[in-house]
Amino acid sequence: MIAIVPLTLTDLGLAALLVLANAVVDLSLRLGLGRRLLLAAVRAAVQLALLGWVLGLVFETEGPGVVLLVTLVMATVAGIEAVRRGSRRVPGIFAASVGVMLVSSFAVTSYGLLVVLDIPGPWYTPQYAVPLLGMVLGNALNGISLGLDAALEGFDEDRARVELLLAHGATRRQAAAPILRRAARRGMIPILNAMIAVGVISVPGMMTGQLLAGADPGTAARYQLFILFAIAGGVALGTIGVVLAAERLVFDDRDRLRTDRIRRVDP
Amino acid sequence: MGSLEVRGLTRAPWWRDLDLALEEGEIAVLRGPSGSGKTLLLRALADLDPVDAGEVTLDGRSREATPPPVWRRAVRYAQQGAPCLPGTVEDNVAAIATLLNVSHTPAPGLDPRADASRLSGGEAQRLALHRALLGTPQVLLLDEITAALDRDAAAEAEARVQAFARGGGSVLWVSHDAALAQRLGAREVSL
Repeated sequence: MIAIVPLTLTDLGLAALLVLANAVVDLSLRLGLGRRLLLAAVRAAVQLALLGWVLGLVFETEGPGVVLLVTLVMATVAGIEAVRRGSRRVPGIFAASVGVMLVSSFAVTSYGLLVVLDIPGPWYTPQYAVPLLGMVLGNALNGISLGLDAALEGFDEDRARVELLLAHGATRRQAAAPILRRAARRGMIPILNAMIAVGVISVPGMMTGQLLAGADPGTAARYQLFILFAIAGGVALGTIGVVLAAERLVFDDRDRLRTDRIRRVDP
Repeated sequence: MGSLEVRGLTRAPWWRDLDLALEEGEIAVLRGPSGSGKTLLLRALADLDPVDAGEVTLDGRSREATPPPVWRRAVRYAQQGAPCLPGTVEDNVAAIATLLNVSHTPAPGLDPRADASRLSGGEAQRLALHRALLGTPQVLLLDEITAALDRDAAAEAEARVQAFARGGGSVLWVSHDAALAQRLGAREVSL
């Protein structure tokens, strides 16, 4: 096995030629995606360059304060993005989403670092903590966003059925239960599908990275499985947390379903 | 049972300082032009919509002092449009009976195995009235509950509501049927 081959800027330039395939399709089919494509490619390049630079700094400092700061920033951005992706909003949902994102990702990452991994050094060692947190957050974001959108859509569009149950003496939770179940399911299905498909249909990104870096395939597979389980835990906690938060925000203190609080937006 | 009193109820811009009293066993028909807030009033009385001010009591007990599920079991609202839960007619009845912790009786005139989502407007209204009468409601708030029924079915529904009132329950019934109050011997209330 050979060690990782460094990529020069010229190599990356050659890789960027592959994006030209998208440009060709765009031009030939007149998709009108030219600007978006360019923007997406430039954004990806800038964001990853920044990530590489920031991670370099974080890895050097090794202090818990920096890891905590990175966690807060990443979870806040992910929490906001999870709401922004949806088609409906309700007052207080941004704070709730950020809170849920923080708690779920922090809980799962801490468990992984403290209980699963036997790190030679402090448990918050950035080299392990930051990538693990990033993987959990990135995937929890998807589940939280899908679950939240399904919950608010359900309350907005199924109001008559929720109120039918309320009008016959159901508690808020009893009346909301069918919508909460549906929303939680919608949030968790992508990670369940990913667990079923992994290794058969796709070689996952993290495992690919480890293999390219020269890791033993068995170790890479075990790490991938660990990450998948951590992601599944984060998605489950995050989705359930945000769906329950949505329920709390759309009902008032007299258990009235306040669909007037739900605002539709263009995602 | 079933004495409902409303004092100074306000929900701008629909109604202000509204007073209304329903005695035990009384049926009142609520009438008013479209958009005058009739449905909103029923919803507010069932505590499904907030009001700006005012007080509602049932047998002297304030709504605010009563937990919402307890209030709504007593002050029962049958929605306009008679929405149904997923499943069959029997599933619909069973779901509400389970919620109220009472044994469920089949809805008269309806096939219990029929898919509730495929019921006609009139059938859905019969189911809605049947659900509203399950358990021991003290007040019925009926929102156009017979609008889609033929004359015989409407008469049957009216008889069920009258039987409920004879048992001491009170009824506030929103209807565009000009003759309803007269048929029921009920008071007419205008918004």
